[in-house]
Parts: sequence; structure tokens; C-alpha cells
Amino acid sequence: MSDSSTVQVAEAPPGVEGAGFFATSLDNLVGLARANSLWPLPFATSCCGIEFMSTMASHYDIGRFGAERLSFSARQADVLMVMGTISKKMAPVVKQVYLQMAEPRWVLSVGACACSGGIFDTYSVLQGIDRIIPVDVYVPGCPPRPEQILDGFMQIQELAKKESTRRRNEPEYKALLASYGIE
Amino acid sequence: MENQQISEALVAQFGADAVYGIGESHGILQVTTSVETIVPMIHFLYAHPTFKFQFLTDLAGIHFPDAKGQELGVIYHLHSLENNVRLWIKAYAPIEAPHFPTITDLYATANWMEREAFDFYGIIFDGHPNLTRILNMDEMDYHPMRKEYPLEDATRHDKIDELFGR
Repeated sequence: MSDSSTVQVAEAPPGVEGAGFFATSLDNLVGLARANSLWPLPFATSCCGIEFMSTMASHYDIGRFGAERLSFSARQADVLMVMGTISKKMAPVVKQVYLQMAEPRWVLSVGACACSGGIFDTYSVLQGIDRIIPVDVYVPGCPPRPEQILDGFMQIQELAKKESTRRRNEPEYKALLASYGIE
Repeated sequence: MENQQISEALVAQFGADAVYGIGESHGILQVTTSVETIVPMIHFLYAHPTFKFQFLTDLAGIHFPDAKGQELGVIYHLHSLENNVRLWIKAYAPIEAPHFPTITDLYATANWMEREAFDFYGIIFDGHPNLTRILNMDEMDYHPMRKEYPLEDATRHDKIDELFGR
């Protein structure tokens, strides 16, 4: 048995507790499980990717947030982390990776280039990945420090915790995808 | 092997009409020639028993919008590895018909270089095996390095002037 004074377990969602039982809503339970086992797909194209490598490594350790299992296959990934400049030629690749991910999926846009094109105010660079795929959380910075990337990741965790299990079937979500030409 | 020796040999072979603008920069000989002469000249330099310019370092496009009738140019950077001598050859064509003969028959490496010059300047290399865009996305319908476009993408509507104090 682990010593509970050194191991922090996830906080229980609000619910009714009694002798031998705990009752809460399914949304909360599913959200709790999802938020603490998000598998990120790192789509790293430039310097923000280097910051991510540091975020992933032992010093900052994204594994503390249940994300130590990076999914280099889009099929098993939950969070697409786009880090770096996305050129217009690369845009269809990002979109295809997003399309290959299974629902529920979140997108974390890391750094000025992924968020808005950054300093690359030019003909060859996509001016923000939100032009091709919906983005959940933006992390500003050029490049952002690992703390910022972790903060962005924790925002995704918050979204995952609070998300209704039916959200992905709602017409609003379908309309959002449709606005990006995704069925 | 002196630069003068090379330029004299080129003038003797192709005539003063086809070899002009002879100069030197950073100790490197540069000559300008016509589009018709460019391929025979590069072959001549390749096969020459002493010069042996058998390495194509680079091939690049250039745009001079004010030079009427010879707006678009191609610059060939040749290197004679045996003599360690370099040479630049330039040729120009009007922007209305920017046709150049391909040099891929002699230098396979020119394949991607010519595609790049086509991609960015719209220079058409006649006889090229696969003259398609190489760096920009295929859907692009202009040649971005030509000096005829504003520096900023005119289709932008997110970075508007009032937000950026311009």
C-alpha cells in the first residue's frame, strides 16, 4: 500500500458519500478519469517543440498530470498539441492528424506561431491553426516556458473534467466542426 | 588558371556578342550571356580540358522589375573542383516569356534548383522533367519572390491596423 501522505490521488468530484458507497454523476466520474489520463500527441515543428521536450522530460515531467504516455499515433491520442510554426503547406497534414483522432479530442495550441502565425507575417505561413481546426486552449509565448505549457495542459484537464459526456453529440459541437468543413 | 584566361576562352568560343558584362566580385569571374548560349556555354566549360567546371554549386532566380525586357534572370554558380575556381554565369529573359533551357541533362542536381526558381519566380525551364512547385503549397497561384507584391498578405483580416498601432 502506498503511503497516502506522499501520494496525491485525484480529488473526488462532489457527491454523496456514505458507508461503503459514493454517489456522483456519470459526467463527473468520466471527466475525472479522462482528465487524469490524457494522451497527448505532440505535433512539434520548431522551437516550441524543444520547450515541450523539456516539459516532457524529468525536470518538468508532464507525467505528473497523467500524460506520460505520449501517443505518436493520432488514433489513440486525446490532446493534439501543436507546437511551432505551421506553414500553409503543412496545414493539410495538421488537419489530417486532427481528423484521425477519435472523439473526445482536444487541441492545445502552443506558442505565438501556432496561435496566430507569430512573427511570420508572410505568404507561406498559416496565420494560426484555428483557421483549419478548432482550438481549445491557446498558450501564448515565443516560445512559452514549460510552466506555461503545463498550465495550458491543466486548462485542458479542466475542460475534460467539466465536459458533459453528451457535448460531442450536441448540435453546437457539430456546427463548430462544420464551420471547419469537418463532418 | 586565371579568370582572364577563362573569359578570353569564352569570348573566343562564343563571340563578344554572346559574352558580355565580364566582371569580378570577391575574386570570382562573372559573365552574362544570352538564353540561347547558356547551355552550350555550360557544356563547353564542363568538357574543357583545363577548366573542368564540373560542379553546379547553385542555380538561382532573380527579378529586376526595372530592367525592361530582361526582368527575370537565372544565375548559375559553377565550380571547378580540380582548379578550385568558381564562376558565375547570368542570363536574363523578359517577364512576359521567361523561358530558359533546362540544364538537368548535364547536372541532375539542377532538377530541384530549377523547380525552386520556377516556384518562386515563375521561370519556365523548357525540357525540365518535372517542373512543379517544390517548396510552396501546390495550390498557390502566384510566384511569391517576384517584386510585384506587397510584403503583407492582403487577405489578412485578423491582424488589423488598429490592433497593432500601424
